[in-house]
Amino acid sequence: MIKHETIEKNIGLMILLIILVISGGGLAEIVPLMFQSATTKPIDGLRTYTALELEGRDIYIREGCNVCHSQMIRPFRAETERYGQYNTANEGVWEHPFLWGSKRTGPDLARVGERYSDDWHRAHLYNPRDVVPESKMPSYPWLFTDKLSGKNTAKKMEVLKSMGVPFSAEQIAGAQDAVAGKNEIDAVVAYLQSLGKLHDNYNSKR
Amino acid sequence: MSTFWSVWISVITLAVIFGCTWLLLATRKGQPHQETTEETLGHAFDGIEEYDNPLPKWWFQMFMGTVIFGVLYLIAYPGLGSFPGLLGWTQEGQWETEMAHAEENYAPVFAKYASLSIEEMQSEENASGLKMGQRMFANNCSVCHGTSATGAHGFPNLTDTDWLYGGKPATIKHSITEGRMGGMPPWGAVLGEDGVRDMTSYVLSLSGKEADADAVARAKPQFQALCTACHTANGTGMHALGAPNLTDDIWLYGGSFEKVAHTIRTGRNGVMPAHKNILSEDKIHLISAYVYSLSNK
Repeated sequence: MIKHETIEKNIGLMILLIILVISGGGLAEIVPLMFQSATTKPIDGLRTYTALELEGRDIYIREGCNVCHSQMIRPFRAETERYGQYNTANEGVWEHPFLWGSKRTGPDLARVGERYSDDWHRAHLYNPRDVVPESKMPSYPWLFTDKLSGKNTAKKMEVLKSMGVPFSAEQIAGAQDAVAGKNEIDAVVAYLQSLGKLHDNYNSKR
Repeated sequence: MSTFWSVWISVITLAVIFGCTWLLLATRKGQPHQETTEETLGHAFDGIEEYDNPLPKWWFQMFMGTVIFGVLYLIAYPGLGSFPGLLGWTQEGQWETEMAHAEENYAPVFAKYASLSIEEMQSEENASGLKMGQRMFANNCSVCHGTSATGAHGFPNLTDTDWLYGGKPATIKHSITEGRMGGMPPWGAVLGEDGVRDMTSYVLSLSGKEADADAVARAKPQFQALCTACHTANGTGMHALGAPNLTDDIWLYGGSFEKVAHTIRTGRNGVMPAHKNILSEDKIHLISAYVYSLSNK
């Protein structure tokens, strides 16, 4: 029999016990994932983002798209019927940070690539109501006028490379030229069209 | 999963569960009193004192309940390293069961409609097949063509009888399966700005809209030289190329002077994505039947 007073009155002991208790979940559930081939080995044929797609991804994050759109199709029939093959961990090993999301106000976008035409995406991002009258998504007209300088694109790729994303030297060298002068909308559409299309292992039809 | 990580996970999981249980029991003050006591811990802060009562019984029992639930869960379901659990449950397995269940229930329905032609699907007794097509249309097509299939700017209305690529059952099915790539080249550089505006007048006049007669006369020879390969000499269009009929006053990209001028100046590249790698043939068949029904009531 120990007294809780003993713990409450010895703050050092209490801190130690709190750390012990709360680290249990992380040690058992998170740490092993860092050493599993299922979560660290990329799926066959996975390609990296192009410079333009990568900039699009950053705009996607800047505009908070991931707040309303998940990129995680779960293994339920209702989801695979609507969105396609459920996601596996090895598809996302080069995602930093991952954009799986946990809430869907809009639909999941994990496999939206090549689902709709570029023109549709442009019309939809300019004003969603023009193509989907029921939509409550905000409009993003500034994407059509704001231009990319590409100043930091190579730097971003280098940082990602240091985290294990295998960008080639040519990709990094050509990064600025690949995006400079393009409108932000071009980058976002390129990114959206790449979602689910970075490898072609999952070909099952709905 | 390697043995090391399997053991790592199991040991930590069980240690946390039993550690919490031990902590709960070790700090317990015996059975709760029937009545609360007036006994306090003997300290006071700003006149507030703390009673020295044990945890309420229901609370203690709930704690124990979570422990028991946790242990039973780990026996039944995967959780302790690579131990799969007695029920043999997996995410993939659950999904496969769901899919197999659906296959068993719906495959005969799909097979029944797949054996019927799209024309046969239009009869009264196959209404539920069209209903299925409508739901699949809502899921897969309405984003561009609208929930009632009336289209949007740049995305064709499917409820009228004006077809870019033809409205026969086989053509509709082909459009969905293989997709379509519309290609109207830009004529701004060829015609010049004045030429574009003259041509706009001419195109509008084909649909019987009011247009400057001089401009129409100026543009007519150019239309015959440049546009008839796709739109035909009288402007009625060509299904094989997806070239729209310019004489029916139906405009995919807007029929105002400025919109038509913009189309001529910069061209248009409408894309219908191919669905052969997305939807099964049976589903495309039902969607085709639904789309066909919209203009063949």
